[in-house]
Amino acid sequence: MSMLEVKDIYKSYGDVQILKGVSFIMEKEETKVIIGPSGTGKSTLLRCINQLSPPDKGQIWLDGEEITNRKTNINKIREKIGFVFQDFNLFNHLTALRNVSIGLEKVKKIEKDAARKRAMQELTRVGLEAQVSQYPAQLSGGQKQRVGIARALAMDPDVILFDEPTSALDPELIGDVLDVMKSLCGKVAMLIVTHEMGFARNVANEIIFMEGGVIVEQGSPKEMFTNAKMKRTQEFLGRIGALYGEEETGG
Amino acid sequence: MALETLIESLPSLFDGLVVTLLLTAFSIILGTALGVVLATGRSYASRPIAYLILIYEKILRGIPLLVLLFLIYFGLPQIGINMDPFTAAVVGLGLRSSAYQAQIYRGAINSIPEGQIHAAFSLGMNKLKAIRHVIIPQMLRLSIPGWSNEFTILLKDTSLAFGIGVIELMRQGRYIQVRDPDLILIVFLLIALIYFVMVFIANKTLRYIEKKYQMAGYQMEVHR
Repeated sequence: MSMLEVKDIYKSYGDVQILKGVSFIMEKEETKVIIGPSGTGKSTLLRCINQLSPPDKGQIWLDGEEITNRKTNINKIREKIGFVFQDFNLFNHLTALRNVSIGLEKVKKIEKDAARKRAMQELTRVGLEAQVSQYPAQLSGGQKQRVGIARALAMDPDVILFDEPTSALDPELIGDVLDVMKSLCGKVAMLIVTHEMGFARNVANEIIFMEGGVIVEQGSPKEMFTNAKMKRTQEFLGRIGALYGEEETGG
Repeated sequence: MALETLIESLPSLFDGLVVTLLLTAFSIILGTALGVVLATGRSYASRPIAYLILIYEKILRGIPLLVLLFLIYFGLPQIGINMDPFTAAVVGLGLRSSAYQAQIYRGAINSIPEGQIHAAFSLGMNKLKAIRHVIIPQMLRLSIPGWSNEFTILLKDTSLAFGIGVIELMRQGRYIQVRDPDLILIVFLLIALIYFVMVFIANKTLRYIEKKYQMAGYQMEVHR
């Protein structure tokens, strides 16, 4: 049994069908990267997985529990699925430390001192021990995103979903965030939607190429970058490669 | 002599002032507590409840306060609900304020990015926790200027409790005037001054609180 199983997911917004039957599985501690053109449903897929926008059809299983079942307590499930947002979504009224500890305090009901100690550890892990008492507005984009990652990590999730975590960042700051993500490889399962091809190539165990609401092709970075079977995959990776250069960030 | 009457009457004005302040305090507490519940209900409760809240707000914002006070104090006893004037005034002022405060809070809620509640859900918070720990704290901070305004309006509108026999500042002034009609101008000028000073102090204090609890990202300063 796989840790995460996504089976035949469909999702529409109004008349627009975004996801048209997406299936894949993920194992413990695996790093999987989803790539593909904009508007393909990559972010929607992540939001379907943690039920921020529940799918219209299909099933999702986490640790043998069907989370798409209406009887499942979705709040309990979400404790096990970390989510890192493109635009950070840090709690604006809380310091970096409290952003990370609030889930432990209010959801996991961990005693305040212990929760804050744990939050401190996670912030140190992402290199922000000096920023613990700053508010989100006082942090740079890269720092904000690292707080976002620490916030997800503190909950000890089975898997963390990253929704284009570096897309809102200055090029200079992207590296810090990618370094933190790289350091998590093999420690926690990560499902990452990104346009950072260098990162995908170097860090992913597997790459999923999505287009038009379906998975076109999936495989190891090596297969995908050097030996993609589908013409569409070759075109996409070729164009991205030409745009950004092969050995770009994350390498 | 007029001046002597005035000086003798000052303690009664002070008594009236205390009643006015108590009226304000109780009414603002009722109005704020209810206003927060109404605003969050209007934004996050199921449709029928949100609709009922909307109707409540529309009604309370649509009738004059004095009419509301008369309904509560003189009208409700007909269906067996009796209140002393002070309680009736607190209920009337508090309910009316809750409807206006709900508007203030709803505006604040609408300006909180949707991602905030998504992030709360993603941590495993249920709706109630997300509202309590993420939405309400931000909502209150964003509402301080509007709330300050409502506070001073409420403080001044306690004078309408005069109409249902609460012995507050206005009523005490009226007693003095009855005793010596020649004092009417000076007494009500004095009362006007007392209200003015109270509002002034309230504004200064609230401004101080606003500054003190200001945090990065929530400054509402205008840069000229």
